[in-house]
Amino acid sequence: MSKVIKIRRGLDISLKGIAEKVLSKTAKVASYAVKPVDFPHLVPKLVVREGDAVLAGAPLFVDKYNPEVRYASPVSGTVAAIVRGDKRRLLEVVVTPADEQQYLQHPVADLAACSCEQVISLMLESGVWPFLKQRPFGIVAHPADCPKAIFISGFDTAPLAPDIDYVLTGEGEAFQKGIDVLRKLCDKIYLGLNNQLAAISIFRKTKGVETNTFIGPHPAGNVGVQIYHISPLNKGEKVWTIEPQHIVSLGRLFLKGIYDVSKVIALVGSEVKKPRYYRMIAGAAVSCVEEHIIKTNHPRYVSGNVLTGANIGANGHLGFYDNLLTVIPEGDKYEFLGWLNPLRLHRYSVSRSSLSWIFPRKEYTLDTNINGGVRAFVVNGEYEKVLPMDIYPVYLLKAILASDIDKMEQLGIYEVLEEDLALCEFVCTSKIPVQQILRKGIGEIYEELKIRN
Amino acid sequence: MKFLRNIIDRMKPAFEKGGRFGFLHSTFEAFESFVFVPNTTSKSGVHIHDSNDLKRTMTTVIVALLPALLFGMWNIGYQRHLAFGEAMTGWEMFIFGFLKVLPIIVVSYVVGLGIEFTAAQIRKHEVNEGFLVTGMLIPLIMPVDCPLWMVGLATAFAVIIGKEVFGGTGMNIFNPALLARAFIFFAYPSHISGGKVWIAGMKDTSAIDAVTGATPLAHATAGEMDKLPSAYDMFFGFIPGSIGETSTLAILIGALILIYTGVASWKIMLSCVGGALATGFVLNIIGGNPYMHLSPFYHLLMGGFAFGTVFMATDPVTGAQTATGKWIYGFLTGMFTILIRVFNQGYPEGMMLAILFMNAFAPLIDHYVVTANIRKRMKRGLRKAVQ
Repeated sequence: MSKVIKIRRGLDISLKGIAEKVLSKTAKVASYAVKPVDFPHLVPKLVVREGDAVLAGAPLFVDKYNPEVRYASPVSGTVAAIVRGDKRRLLEVVVTPADEQQYLQHPVADLAACSCEQVISLMLESGVWPFLKQRPFGIVAHPADCPKAIFISGFDTAPLAPDIDYVLTGEGEAFQKGIDVLRKLCDKIYLGLNNQLAAISIFRKTKGVETNTFIGPHPAGNVGVQIYHISPLNKGEKVWTIEPQHIVSLGRLFLKGIYDVSKVIALVGSEVKKPRYYRMIAGAAVSCVEEHIIKTNHPRYVSGNVLTGANIGANGHLGFYDNLLTVIPEGDKYEFLGWLNPLRLHRYSVSRSSLSWIFPRKEYTLDTNINGGVRAFVVNGEYEKVLPMDIYPVYLLKAILASDIDKMEQLGIYEVLEEDLALCEFVCTSKIPVQQILRKGIGEIYEELKIRN
Repeated sequence: MKFLRNIIDRMKPAFEKGGRFGFLHSTFEAFESFVFVPNTTSKSGVHIHDSNDLKRTMTTVIVALLPALLFGMWNIGYQRHLAFGEAMTGWEMFIFGFLKVLPIIVVSYVVGLGIEFTAAQIRKHEVNEGFLVTGMLIPLIMPVDCPLWMVGLATAFAVIIGKEVFGGTGMNIFNPALLARAFIFFAYPSHISGGKVWIAGMKDTSAIDAVTGATPLAHATAGEMDKLPSAYDMFFGFIPGSIGETSTLAILIGALILIYTGVASWKIMLSCVGGALATGFVLNIIGGNPYMHLSPFYHLLMGGFAFGTVFMATDPVTGAQTATGKWIYGFLTGMFTILIRVFNQGYPEGMMLAILFMNAFAPLIDHYVVTANIRKRMKRGLRKAVQ
């Protein structure tokens, strides 16, 4: 049954530098990386050493506690570096690409004849399994689990987000194949769409999914919000989520037998000369688009959107799940009596306490300054205005700060991930690191349940 | 501004940890962030932030308080003129009042900020902006003839016992400004009630008996309904009373600023007025004494009702936090104000006590609202489990 769900609470932040619908090619990519830090709570175990030659699709590391879950190299080449951080935490496995791409070839299976177990074992072996994310916790799905449903969000409402409809142009066959594969794993698949779907959209022809339409501001495009409005998660339940571009890669595996994670990435933000789309392979070094960046304002490279992405630096690599690279100016400048100046027209605020609401701009150029100092919770009712869920975010955060696991469960921590509360952090007058606190709470519950099991 | 920035940058190392003045780090930080919005960039989570911060929010409240403050200053001169028959022009009235109020404001800020800075220093925290508003609210709810040492003592009590012992701004249970007033009310009742303290200089002169300096509330409590000023006078504020509370009009302007900027909750204001009106009408129906027969609309104009509703009950820290809770909290505040006023002859100003009382109950109200949310979630889980 298709439903139309109206989301009222939320906020669309209109930033400068949205991508024009033009697909370009990047310069030669110097290196690719798979980053264990993209997968929360993963304990990686390396299976390669520096200098090893790898094929595209060959495993670089595995999950220490579920070694059948493999994390594959996106390209063929040599392992150039294994980057570790504090306490020898594995940060990146960097691969230098070979001139000619060679894929690890898997048998092209006849999907109709495959059993669920065969599908899972091929997905694990080929390295596509980490596409599937589990909620609660936002971790990579566990192959032995049977989820309640699989949720896909067919649009992204985050600031400067790519148009997923455009990104999937021409991938209809692989996308449908990917959906068919998912149906082997779980017969309930929900696809959330918005009401601005193009007539030629591949989503219109997709079979085997239940579509729902969501209308409203960000975070309407977040899969977590969609799950909440269709079938909210209760304690003990699990659902899986997957990105549309990953479904295409999954489809390619079953069409061609290779691990092909090439996708279309949007290069956006106020510090990009001509924001547009680029075809890249996941994990590419962002130095390949360096020539398109304006460097005068000390740019910050964010893999993902400005609300949830990671600061990867000019020499970093794209994240595993990310579909865009945002470049915005660092705000490491002082502003003289900034809090007193009533005009500050270049700054954006949802509150009307500065007069910028009189002269709204179509697009804002925002920097990374936090515009104030960190304080205790003082102003209330701000978070609720941007969170379209019946959850009391401040009470949830306070339960996390007090490490009260029972309270966290009761207040609905299973229903949210960092991305769902990101807007709360944006609007917060007290500049509280909401996402960091939430991840701490999710981590505590995750560890607690692991010990109990 | 480069020049100023350079000076600060040069001074900074001495105030860092281990520097010569390291023990004054919070104080230095407070002044620095006062002059310049700091250059802190986001380290985790979102990369962009709303430009609103606590300094800005607090400044907005101060701006909203200005109409009441300015009118209050003028009204002090005007009341003096009425009582003593001194010939004054409008400007002279304002300057007379300004000179009376300024010392109270200075004392309130010096004492309060002094304690805030010391507390921040001890805790090694940044100095919070909460007192910017409290420091302005305290003078506005004092009678003009309140001795300065008393203002200082009350402020110290409110900030230390009311706020810092709980952990500072954001952690307090009671509204600090009202606590300061309550302190004087119970410790030195003769200085904050009666008919002599509301008009500047009246306490010292026993000569004029012809004019009474009593507030409308005092008249109403005494049952002298015929002596109540006209609704017109009360609305515009040409009546004796605490410095900032007399003019309902000036407070309404403040309320509009607060509601429009989204700084204070309109839900609390509306439900508070609703609670007062509903209670007033019920009392009208029951009847019994002249005060119970008084039109509920008079209650909205008298005493500190308007000021309390707009600036005190809406305190985001001590009021209810949840949307449903705000409706209940506001309604009960309005209700208790009228009940205390009408039935307790000892406390003519019911607003102060009603808000402090509801401050104590706000967490309980929120608790039940949040529990209802939890129960809903649990039921949903159970229903699923049964299916």
